[in-house]
Amino acid sequence: MKYIDEFRSGELAAGLSTAIRRDAHAGRQYRLMEFCGGHTHAISRYGLIDLLPPNVRMIHGPGCPVCVLPIGRIDQAIRLAREQGAIVATYADTLRVPASQQLTLLRAKAQGADIQMVYSTTDALAIARAHPGREVVFLAIGFETTTPPTAVAVLAAEAEGLANFSILCNHVLTPAAMHAILAAPNGVPIDGFVGPAHVSTVIGSAPYEPFADDYGKPVVIAGFEPLDVLRAIHMLIHQVNDGRAAVENEFTRAVTREGNRRAQAIVDQVFELREAFEWRGLGTIPNSALRLRPRFADYDAERRFAAPYIPVKDNKACACGEILRGEKRPQDCRIFGTVCTPENPIGSCMVSTEGACAAHYTFGRFREAAA
Amino acid sequence: MSAPYVRPLDVKRGRVDLSHGSGGRAMAQLIEELFASELANEYLAQGDDGARLGRPDGRLVVATDSHVVSPLFFPGGDIGCLSVHGTINDVAVMGAEPLYLAASFILEEGYPLADLARIVASMAAASTAAGVPVVTGDTKVVERGKADGVFITTTGVGVLRNGVDCSGAYARHGDTVLLSGSIGEHGMAIMSLRENLSFEAPILSDTAALHGLIATLLAAVPDLRVMRDATRGGVATTLNEIARQSGVGMLIDEAAIRVRAPVEAACELLGLDPLYVANEGKLVIVCPPQRTDAALAALRSHPLGAEASVIGRVHAGPGNFVQMQTRLGGRRIVDWLSGDQLPRIC
Repeated sequence: MKYIDEFRSGELAAGLSTAIRRDAHAGRQYRLMEFCGGHTHAISRYGLIDLLPPNVRMIHGPGCPVCVLPIGRIDQAIRLAREQGAIVATYADTLRVPASQQLTLLRAKAQGADIQMVYSTTDALAIARAHPGREVVFLAIGFETTTPPTAVAVLAAEAEGLANFSILCNHVLTPAAMHAILAAPNGVPIDGFVGPAHVSTVIGSAPYEPFADDYGKPVVIAGFEPLDVLRAIHMLIHQVNDGRAAVENEFTRAVTREGNRRAQAIVDQVFELREAFEWRGLGTIPNSALRLRPRFADYDAERRFAAPYIPVKDNKACACGEILRGEKRPQDCRIFGTVCTPENPIGSCMVSTEGACAAHYTFGRFREAAA
Repeated sequence: MSAPYVRPLDVKRGRVDLSHGSGGRAMAQLIEELFASELANEYLAQGDDGARLGRPDGRLVVATDSHVVSPLFFPGGDIGCLSVHGTINDVAVMGAEPLYLAASFILEEGYPLADLARIVASMAAASTAAGVPVVTGDTKVVERGKADGVFITTTGVGVLRNGVDCSGAYARHGDTVLLSGSIGEHGMAIMSLRENLSFEAPILSDTAALHGLIATLLAAVPDLRVMRDATRGGVATTLNEIARQSGVGMLIDEAAIRVRAPVEAACELLGLDPLYVANEGKLVIVCPPQRTDAALAALRSHPLGAEASVIGRVHAGPGNFVQMQTRLGGRRIVDWLSGDQLPRIC
């Protein structure tokens, strides 16, 4: 199919694989983090590990929206549905994220809570219009890619006076998470980043420049197609070999240095920085998430209802924290594939195939069996 | 037979009401004028609660299948022909020749009789084309909101061909895996309708009775190991079922699996993997390696198998995974589906 096959060509992949093997110096290790779950998914789904030499190691980053959502945030949504009788609308993957008391939104729904799956914020607005007598809360999650649609929904609700609609805002910021990983005292050594694809279409490539300039880490922004990922890896290997650290853009067909100014303006109009936000695995990171500006307080579920965030400790056996920080691989977790599976996820990384554990379980676990 | 009804059924404007399931005159009229007239055959004409059939020479195979597809009419078919094809295929993949069908309808109060008549006509056409009559049936009506228009359960009876012994448990190391054609068409025909996706050429469901193709195949290669129609959960699910039942692994070649461009485009748009999308007229076959060429030639000689290909082989390895060599040159697992990808697809 045109515009798809070109980015999934086995012939071109073989050429890139040969170039990577040729240019990666045998004597050194290349530890590259792909930040985004979309890249983790592409690497696993297309078996790209088989096209890399053993000294080029991909470390899965935390860029999977449901993976970084702490238990307390799901608890909060369940409480809104149960105690306030609200309809909670959210994206599909969020439904299976483990919460307290062995609950998920899906299980709470089976027990009678009104939880509805939506494909877009437009669907959530439609639910609110269809149920004027009910409170409808959109559980908003995701990085900078999903933030503009939430902002548009808030503006639309305000414009049409949709008084029963509100947002439980969990939008988080990519650069803040990258800072947290690089600033961690005993963090995993990283030689470079495969930079976000869709996030970068919104924020542009400029926000990554401090990682190159201040931390000396090469960043190559890459699309989500398998050839994009291979090409970005090749570009990173060149930067590492040359001792350079720059922000380079492999995804030029969609990303500019400035990003999408209009989307940025809408987000800025609706949201402001949170002083602190707790991430699953990464802990509390300052200025790493957004909340609605005071002007939109009526649309902010946290202010509208008495629904404070109550932190909850992760399951002790679960290694999602270490995995999200790149310190462990999924197969290093004691409960990977035994207690924790995609059907019964204990940790959030096992929920979506963008999560490191689910991606490895679904596509790659034959590697350990064969070893 | 002269009907004891004053006025004929108003098929044009009428709707199913509760009296159509009451056992009274209205029900008798519905069955007579809407069902029996279309599906007419000597067994239905017996007019009894069941059908008296001849005793076939051989072991019997019985299969049953409920159909709850939504929407009821879709590009390339409808619930009527689907309910005939689906059950014929379940009997046929056992290596049996399908002989008879039984059909049971659950109708929702308020459903237009005109649409019901279209469904029954489509069933009758599919049954006649396949040469497998509907010999007995049942109709129930439930209140509005307790069903979604029409649900149809069909049961099929067939007789096993001499010398044929196929089972999902018989795949062995070294066997080849064949696929009768392109994948994902039924599921995406329905999804594109539900999601309002339109393409230059619409995606048509591949719903078809496969017993003719299977007869051709078994005539050439009676010692096949496994046949299965790759319905719900798609080819990936069928391969995993066979691998688990037989206690083997498989290695599949992604490049050998045919996906038509509109199906690929729709899957891409909706974030679905065509390997997991339902088919209603595609066969997965496991075959002893030395019989591969004969099986492939037989499949390709039939219109429903013209695009058949060898997609991989069976191996016994650690973990017995179904693995795939990707087009990119890497390897990955083709796992069981996790969660529900597409509800109410058949």
